[in-house]
Amino acid sequence: MTAEIKTTRDVFIEQIYKRMYEDEKIFFLCADFGSPKLDILREKFPDRFINVGIAEQNLINIATGLALEGYTVFAYAIAPFLTMRAYEQIRINLSLQAQLKDINVNLIGVGAGLSYDVSGPTHHCLEDLSLMRTLPHLIVFSPSDWALAQKFVDYSINVKKPKYLRFDGKPLPQIYEDASAISFENGFTELFHGERICLVTTGYMTHKAINVVTKCAAEKNLSIGLIDVYLLKPFNEELFYDTIKHYAHVITIEEGFVNKGGLDGLVSAILDSRNSGIHIKRMGFGDAYVFEIGNREYLHKLNNLDEESINTTIKDLMREN
Amino acid sequence: MCTISGKGRVKMVTVDSNSRIDFLRKKALWVRKETLKIHKIAQETRIASSLSAVEIFTVLYYGKILSYDAKDPAWEGRDRFIVSKGHGAISLYPILADLGYFDKKELNNVCHEGTFLGGIPDSLIPGFETINGSLGHGPGVACGIALALKRKKAREVVFVLLGDGELYEGSVWEAIMFAGEHKLDNLILILDNNHICMLDYCEKILDMSPLEEKFKSFKWDVVTLDGHDVNQLYDSFISLKKERNHRPKLLIANTVKGKGVHSLEKDPLCHIKNVKPADIDKILEELA
Repeated sequence: MTAEIKTTRDVFIEQIYKRMYEDEKIFFLCADFGSPKLDILREKFPDRFINVGIAEQNLINIATGLALEGYTVFAYAIAPFLTMRAYEQIRINLSLQAQLKDINVNLIGVGAGLSYDVSGPTHHCLEDLSLMRTLPHLIVFSPSDWALAQKFVDYSINVKKPKYLRFDGKPLPQIYEDASAISFENGFTELFHGERICLVTTGYMTHKAINVVTKCAAEKNLSIGLIDVYLLKPFNEELFYDTIKHYAHVITIEEGFVNKGGLDGLVSAILDSRNSGIHIKRMGFGDAYVFEIGNREYLHKLNNLDEESINTTIKDLMREN
Repeated sequence: MCTISGKGRVKMVTVDSNSRIDFLRKKALWVRKETLKIHKIAQETRIASSLSAVEIFTVLYYGKILSYDAKDPAWEGRDRFIVSKGHGAISLYPILADLGYFDKKELNNVCHEGTFLGGIPDSLIPGFETINGSLGHGPGVACGIALALKRKKAREVVFVLLGDGELYEGSVWEAIMFAGEHKLDNLILILDNNHICMLDYCEKILDMSPLEEKFKSFKWDVVTLDGHDVNQLYDSFISLKKERNHRPKLLIANTVKGKGVHSLEKDPLCHIKNVKPADIDKILEELA
């Protein structure tokens, strides 16, 4: 793999900028939040780029009004503020409204999980996957790399539904070199096929899982499966179950709270409803915020979410067999 | 007399058509009575809040202020009307039914099983643009619509009906700031200023006066009038709809919560009070 390193939001915004030339129905709104790639967009399209100010509630409401008039809207802000400050606006004007009308608002939240590590718990985003999954008619996109985000541009314009795009804040290496492996109909890709244990991950944690799986194969001759989930809604449950049913153990790994309906909730509901007998181990954050200061790796280590902790979990499960 | 203030003073349209005033008064009386009849069969509805807005709804529709097509509620050429104070909107039901948005028979089913006419309207009902019921959303959504209409170079305008208690929602002020800055002169906010929230007079909860100055400082034009005077409402709506001076407009309609029902008028708890079905027949006779 060449693994070109890029920031997801920059790749996505660059594509939207290009689309705005040919598609006059696109608006780009932000709540006073930037990106190097946004500068040219706002300069070129002053009529269709609007900074609403630090006002996330109004960001969603203005986006709703534009979308009701047939525009495709991208609304861009820091993930925890976008999803939680304006949760009721998302619920009423996007989720509820989408049951009755077409409404194409794409909420771009930057700062998934602990992207903003040293900014502390106000900037950490550990609740958004479960909160957004709860809302009917909302599409939840959680890409692990920029190539997925790039491919999502067409989907975001063509599918006239509200969507939440959970983007990492940091530059990350490319995972998907082959676009044909990406299926927004299914919502996931099996990156590695394994024997007894399968990791199910989303976003940043997919990168950690790739390292773990690769090392297990090289150093211990262990064949561990890995599934990257990038659309939590909609999700092809049947295909997912078919893909994991031969495993004895599934380990969900997410940069979010566990036991609250995030990625682990998605997977456990599928296993439960099928009486699968597959054991599920949930890795993520417990019922507490992270006040400790340090970089992402350090904070992961403190919360048993680093590569070593994943390895230990795998080792324990192997021993159980 | 209605007063008009703010930068870019609008010219009053003099209406000496007594027949129009008479027509609108009769219509308002009819709407008030029909609203009470709905409340008689749907005691869950917020009657006091609905009665303060009767003349506003009446003039907007029967005064032909709004462009609309009842048979095609999504007609591109319509003026957009957002009923942000969803709790006090059942008085719009008889108007929409009368104009042909839906079957009049449906008015007999308000809040009953299987109908689409609930206690608080949403966009499931032909004629309603948005989801209502949670307060403070209307102005922001209306700003987005007004902005879209401007980009489309459309002449249609956006009306929003807001309750004065709704002014406590922070999101309302985010929208007020936005509208002034973006010069949304195709946005007309009608404040049903009935002075009462759920539990008390607004003045006693958080006094918002002086309201006119607040809006003017956010680059709005402000008109204050008697919200039960159909003539004043008509004149102002005509002027405000025409005026394109780069400033959004606020129409403060001073109203009485529970207007027409003596037991409700001036009762600070009228928002949560019902009028018993047995009393409604008597009130209907008195109103006639």
